[in-house]
Amino acid sequence: MARYIGKEMSRVDGVAKVTGRAKYAAEFRAPNLAYGFIVLGTMAKGRIREIDTREAERAPGVVRVFTHLNAPKLGPKASTEYAPPRNTREQDKSFRALQSDRIYFNMQPVALVVAETYEQARYAARLVRVSYDTERHTTDTEAVRGSARAPSQGSPPKPRGNPEAAMKAAPVRVEAEYRIPVEHHNSMEPHAAVAAWEGDKLTIFDKTQDVYGVRAHLATSFGVPEENVQVVSPYVGGAFGASLRPNYYPALTAMAARELKRPIKVVYTRTQMFTGHGYRPYTIQKIALGAEASGKLTAMIHQAVHNTSAFEEFNDNTTGFTRQVYACPNLLAPTMIVATDLPTPTWMRAPGAVSGMFALECAMDELAYALKIDPLELRLINYAETDPESGRPWSSKALRECYRLGAEKFGWKDRKFEPRSMRDGRLLVGWGTATGVWGAFQRPAIARITLRPDGTAHVTSATSDIGPGTYTVMTMIAAEYLGLEIERVKFELGDTKFPRAPAQGGSQTTSSVGSAVHGAALAVGAKLLTLANQDASSPLKGATASDVEMLDGRLRLKSDPSKSVSVAGVMRLNNLSEVTETFESRPSPERQKYATMAHGAQFVEVKVDPDIGHVRVTRAIEVTACGKIINPKASHSQEIGGVVWGIGMALQEATEIDHRYGRIMNPNLQHYHVPVNADVHEVETLFVEEDDKVVNPLGVKGMGELGMVGIPAAIANAVFHATGKRVRELPITPDKLL
Amino acid sequence: MRPFKYVRASDAAAAARAVAANPRAKFLGGGTNILDLMKEDVERPNELVDVTRLKLSEIKAASGGVSIGALAKNSDTANHPLIRRNYPLLTQAIVAGASGQLRNMATNGGNLLQRTRCQYFYDTAMPCNKREPGTGCGALEGLNRIHAIFGWSDKCVATYPGDMANALYALDAVVRVRGASGRERAIPVGEFHRLPGDTPQQDSNLAHGELITAIDLPKSNFAKNSYYLKVRDRASYAFALVSVAAALELERGRVKQARVVLGSVAHKPWRSLEAEAALVGGPASEESFRRAAEAALAGAKPLAHNGYKVELGKRAVVRALMRASRLA
Repeated sequence: MARYIGKEMSRVDGVAKVTGRAKYAAEFRAPNLAYGFIVLGTMAKGRIREIDTREAERAPGVVRVFTHLNAPKLGPKASTEYAPPRNTREQDKSFRALQSDRIYFNMQPVALVVAETYEQARYAARLVRVSYDTERHTTDTEAVRGSARAPSQGSPPKPRGNPEAAMKAAPVRVEAEYRIPVEHHNSMEPHAAVAAWEGDKLTIFDKTQDVYGVRAHLATSFGVPEENVQVVSPYVGGAFGASLRPNYYPALTAMAARELKRPIKVVYTRTQMFTGHGYRPYTIQKIALGAEASGKLTAMIHQAVHNTSAFEEFNDNTTGFTRQVYACPNLLAPTMIVATDLPTPTWMRAPGAVSGMFALECAMDELAYALKIDPLELRLINYAETDPESGRPWSSKALRECYRLGAEKFGWKDRKFEPRSMRDGRLLVGWGTATGVWGAFQRPAIARITLRPDGTAHVTSATSDIGPGTYTVMTMIAAEYLGLEIERVKFELGDTKFPRAPAQGGSQTTSSVGSAVHGAALAVGAKLLTLANQDASSPLKGATASDVEMLDGRLRLKSDPSKSVSVAGVMRLNNLSEVTETFESRPSPERQKYATMAHGAQFVEVKVDPDIGHVRVTRAIEVTACGKIINPKASHSQEIGGVVWGIGMALQEATEIDHRYGRIMNPNLQHYHVPVNADVHEVETLFVEEDDKVVNPLGVKGMGELGMVGIPAAIANAVFHATGKRVRELPITPDKLL
Repeated sequence: MRPFKYVRASDAAAAARAVAANPRAKFLGGGTNILDLMKEDVERPNELVDVTRLKLSEIKAASGGVSIGALAKNSDTANHPLIRRNYPLLTQAIVAGASGQLRNMATNGGNLLQRTRCQYFYDTAMPCNKREPGTGCGALEGLNRIHAIFGWSDKCVATYPGDMANALYALDAVVRVRGASGRERAIPVGEFHRLPGDTPQQDSNLAHGELITAIDLPKSNFAKNSYYLKVRDRASYAFALVSVAAALELERGRVKQARVVLGSVAHKPWRSLEAEAALVGGPASEESFRRAAEAALAGAKPLAHNGYKVELGKRAVVRALMRASRLA
């Protein structure tokens, strides 16, 4: 029945992207534009003693060199000593550059050189001389893990049952430590801003997942009303969480533009990205599982410690989902944080979940081997029929179906239990599995629809499209419920002139913004019904909004489509050139009665060359249950991307820090490895659709994060199965398998 | 980058003279390495002499072997029928390096001269004797997972990162160079690069202003039994952790002649005469290859984070020889 929802749809912005018409932040121009280049510091902690900009100022084309000595103070407290925000929820107090002589981390911005051309600015940036008074720094999480503490926000989760006693009493126990290095998002597009002031009104083109968040940050920074700031971000070339918080460069760019009274552009280099937007924290996890001989879990103790910065708290909630994956009466799962002299971490695709599930799902595999029970069987034995944390029923949960379908497609029944028991010539073959989880979140969002008599519609909401296909899915939803051909619907996002939407993060855009678009479309129908029924001869007399639908320019009775009115006719009769409705969707109170989560099962085959330690992920099958699939084409693409991210995390990605200097030593794509095409082989993604009337009117759950959550564990488990070697420290590089 | 003068050379003699006349001048070939390094402020020439218009890109049969122009592109070299047929080891090594796009740009002369991938060399805020003599070696007691296990000094533990030169060494290639005075000389590939000693800023034994004009490959009996193995952190587009150029001449199952050259283990391609001696006269067998591998890595001196290269090197030597002799 549905015309668009559930059908494959190519990206509505695809042609614009591949032909270069889609404009990314750094591509916007403004008359009299000048270019800023950021100078990064070279030590990890202390104060700037002296900063000599004279030579840089004399270089050709240089307009001004900003340092903490001449940059205006930004933010509510214009004090000389920068007052750092306490935690990452205080969006408007995010780290701002050049606010004092204090150095909090290596490669911190210490100057901005503005010149007539980018090349001139970059050259002059090399001429800025900085000397420091250094203090002892700590960047090694291992060295300070003993001083880890609970995050100050929120109360630490209470233990369930009596985990310590249950662990002692458990007939079978496994315990191990897992490690994840610092990782960086490394989106293709570098972060960039172009800022221009007119009086005290600011327009800024930014790469962001949250135009309203950046607006609040900038309004506070410059002490202007939020309405004076317009943030524009129509296209984002990947972000993965690196643009969720306002980073330091938009305020820096706007500051320079305000001081110099001309538009300024600042673009991060790849290297600057490594301290310019946060990262996945270094995470140490100690996990113990206790079980009966039957495999039934009796105790789980999962303790995570990860780093944050010295000036701000970040909580990755590493162990959050551990509480909801398996039925187990006794559980302790705290996440602790410890300060290091590094920038503040941030959310990176599947934040917390992929880290925590790496440890939990590897530990489940270890338990399976301790029990001599098939790893998939062990998961079924401990299947959580209701939410183990709240006791509430699931709004929907098709995880068992995912396990079943994945196992069948993969051929799991042919797996030999013993490690090193399967071969392909010289290569060792390993099959591993893991579970993926993510919340089915929803936040308030507003959408506006303008329907015109010519049968075209303009739909807006200030969300973002960092790649999942938001332009497309919103266009589909609007077209579906307005009953229009998709070509006649134009959806726009990424601008604070549009109605407010939450940041595009946490896999909640379709549930939040999609629900708002859906609601706005129904509101347009309701409005038309009211207008139509002002006419005494209306065939829809007596109908209520829920009785009607729109299709091909007509508003009609669902129960009797022959009873209808022309939408254009209704508008004409009422002398209307358009009908505009704004709708705010909110999570329904009904959700409180349920636990709402999305699930998935991953099956991975690796082939390991036992001589040289090379691992190839030859096959991955990912089955996902995340409610209704609106656009299967983009959804598969999302999940394939998740698998590729999982391959990178499992086998390649690590930000290397020389702790003597507290400095990142591989801040480039030469030394920081992400998968190349040759690393990606057969990837099959499948969906088990769930009919969930609780989560939101569209029945959708998030999938962006979910796609990678179980993959690193599944790969590590497959490597164990292939080699008999349990690598508990990512990434699994050849040297660890010799 | 810093401002620099750009000169387009009209002939080899003029190019060599131009560079010789200015201690801060450099040749510009495909530019795939030097331009990156200039953007990072690692290389700071004040003059680039563009040699890409010189007629030095021919690949031709010469005195039983092949002469490869210094400016022939890596892709063209790897794909040339003479190379594919008579020197498949060289094709394998070139194709193992970089990406298709880079190989289309990169010249053979430039490939020989590519600089190390040591992270400390790339970061101008860090000490590095190769980049800035006298500042110290950041990697010696720092992050040195990708660094040398042979021939390093306390001044420098960087490796030569390339692939092509390892194969050229195994194939007894000779580098032809031309100096500013017009004097030409031939440098065997094994003597082209050098160990760091106290002067790690010098990658090669080229004099300033000497221009590579060609690489000569002698007639080879290795075409049937050679293999280039590259072990790296991902399947493509990564520098080697360890690589091995293995070449054998077999006669009735016994090794008549052998070459074993390891890459990414030293400041230069690292040929193991010990391994070769262990092979010659013996059978082409896994057991014999293991002995050769032990001999090849016997003198290794690993650093804090690259001890794995010793074991990996041994296994890579065995694997490469097994492949070369078609036993695996």
